[in-house]
Amino acid sequence: MRHNHKIRISDPTLRDGSHAIGHQLSAKQIAAYCQAADQAGVSIVEVGHGNGLGASSLQLGESKTTDSVMLGTAKKNLRSAKLGIHVIPGFATIERDLKPALDLGVDVVRVAVHCSEADLCERHISFCRNQGAEVWGCFMMSHMISPVMLLEQARKIESYGAEGVVFMDSSGHYLPDDVRQRVEMCRDELSIAVGFHGHNNMGLAIANSIAAADAGATLLDGCARGFGAGAGNTQLEVLIAVLERVGYSTGVDLYKILDAADLAEHVLMKEIPVIRSVSVVSGLSGVFSGFLKPVARIAKEFDVDPRDVFFELGRRKIVAGQEDIILEVAKDLATRAAKGAI
Amino acid sequence: MIGNRKSTMENLSDRKRPAMHVAIIGTGNIGTDLLIKVLRSPQLDCTAFVGRNLSSAGMMKAASLGVNTSPASINFLIENPNCYDLVFDATSAKSHQVHAPILKKLGKLVVDLTPAKIGLMCVPSVNLTDSLKESNVNMVTCGGQASIPVAYAIGQTQTGVDYIEVVSSIASRSAGPATRQNLDEYIKTTEDGLKEFSGATRTKSILNLNPAEPCIDMQVTIFAKVQSPDIEKLAPVLLQQVETVRKYVPGYEVILGPMVENGRIVVMVRVRGLGDYLPAYAGNLDIINCAAIAMAEEYACVADVKGER
Repeated sequence: MRHNHKIRISDPTLRDGSHAIGHQLSAKQIAAYCQAADQAGVSIVEVGHGNGLGASSLQLGESKTTDSVMLGTAKKNLRSAKLGIHVIPGFATIERDLKPALDLGVDVVRVAVHCSEADLCERHISFCRNQGAEVWGCFMMSHMISPVMLLEQARKIESYGAEGVVFMDSSGHYLPDDVRQRVEMCRDELSIAVGFHGHNNMGLAIANSIAAADAGATLLDGCARGFGAGAGNTQLEVLIAVLERVGYSTGVDLYKILDAADLAEHVLMKEIPVIRSVSVVSGLSGVFSGFLKPVARIAKEFDVDPRDVFFELGRRKIVAGQEDIILEVAKDLATRAAKGAI
Repeated sequence: MIGNRKSTMENLSDRKRPAMHVAIIGTGNIGTDLLIKVLRSPQLDCTAFVGRNLSSAGMMKAASLGVNTSPASINFLIENPNCYDLVFDATSAKSHQVHAPILKKLGKLVVDLTPAKIGLMCVPSVNLTDSLKESNVNMVTCGGQASIPVAYAIGQTQTGVDYIEVVSSIASRSAGPATRQNLDEYIKTTEDGLKEFSGATRTKSILNLNPAEPCIDMQVTIFAKVQSPDIEKLAPVLLQQVETVRKYVPGYEVILGPMVENGRIVVMVRVRGLGDYLPAYAGNLDIINCAAIAMAEEYACVADVKGER
């Protein structure tokens, strides 16, 4: 099925990409990439700590640059693109984080919750609506519940007055049919827009994004060179090219988005995201892609196999934000290994 | 003091004083679990369990236990001021803002389980005795009750405590609608409590809900950035705090640390509940309710000693 409708592009290079560099983006880097993405005609540029607003912490890693400097800088360097933020209730509060962000000129708020916990974002969504901001509900780790349950949660997002709902494949775990089924269900049952945010652990981010578009999604996320957590996100410049080939219009200029990606590679990245062996395991085990760096560090400290850590985290159904549990799991594995050795 | 209560009670038992009359307002998970704990306490007697909906699960449970219930909520307490001396408020921060002045006017003791934070913050292992001077005490939050004993031990033993961060993970099933609506207040109140009891310059609180089945136990990680971590000094003070907490929350235990990892002090605690209303995984319900009961029983003991009842 081909719909050939218009696809709106949201670009979280400067948010999800923060995971890849330990949340060390500088204002200068933000300014440079914002200008490039803006000129390419990207609709929304998302900026911030990898886990969004108010998420700088020992648990997840501390940001080099404060939220207000990051957002203020981005705002100054965007002309036509809207400035977006990722907001997780439980990390960001309305008073401390959201109000100041809207005051800095944030246009689009994406309130993200674990896929089964839609009601946690009711207050944040209502607040943004009342302030006149565009607001979406995002389901992190959306592979963890059945399509029917996901639809039930999406209905809540609709009832709170959000513009739409975004399914995030936070672990890069989906197959294209999984995505198609979920998006179709929401398209048929709901009146709000549907978006998709892919990760590339299994090499399927582009295929999954196209499956989403074919099933009726109208908003797709992509990051320059795939710059994002773990194995990286849907690679933006490839996504634009593929969407064009399929026949979708995005309003994004191909040459300029290719330029933006080249700039991102030079200005933002220490290394281009690739699907490393551990990322394959992270995708298979259905664990949040942002766990890659802390798992690598802690597995080394405790001398355990990071793949075992991922499978154990997956078995325990650990969700995004529970990075502290990595320590416990690694220690547990190390203790068991020591006992086995005796 | 918590450790002395039993002996106080033994001394007084021959006087056969009636238990202190208490009312519970709020019939959600927290209120209902609290009710079961009150029914078990020899020093407390629940004379009213009030909310807004007689057909809620909590109300039906209370009725089945033979407890006096009312759907008139705070109005019942206003109209029947003689049936109770102390009120547990297990509603929401917003509702407690309304209830607090009313109960103050009625001259009642209040143990507030919402994050409204109107009264003195009370963590029994740290400041139970000080709290007795107040007529409205706030039980901070479940995450606060689990983390503040650790943060206090860090504050007592480390110098240059720059930053304390607490990450709590609880089972989705243990978080009812009011808890979910109060997420921001939960964060703010927990952060304020951490600051107050540890003396840290900055604090941060994070809450994760995990829907995994079987449900996860409440788990809380405390991170601290201090000038130069001294684990040897911290360990015995922490142990003492943990032992004290375990007197009123038997399922409280340290499962990792204290240790230094990546330049920060890390302590992880797990809280298993008593399984009164919700199963044992809901340690979050248990720890704030056990703390509230410890506080109310202390009020009851003091009233007994003074012969006020």
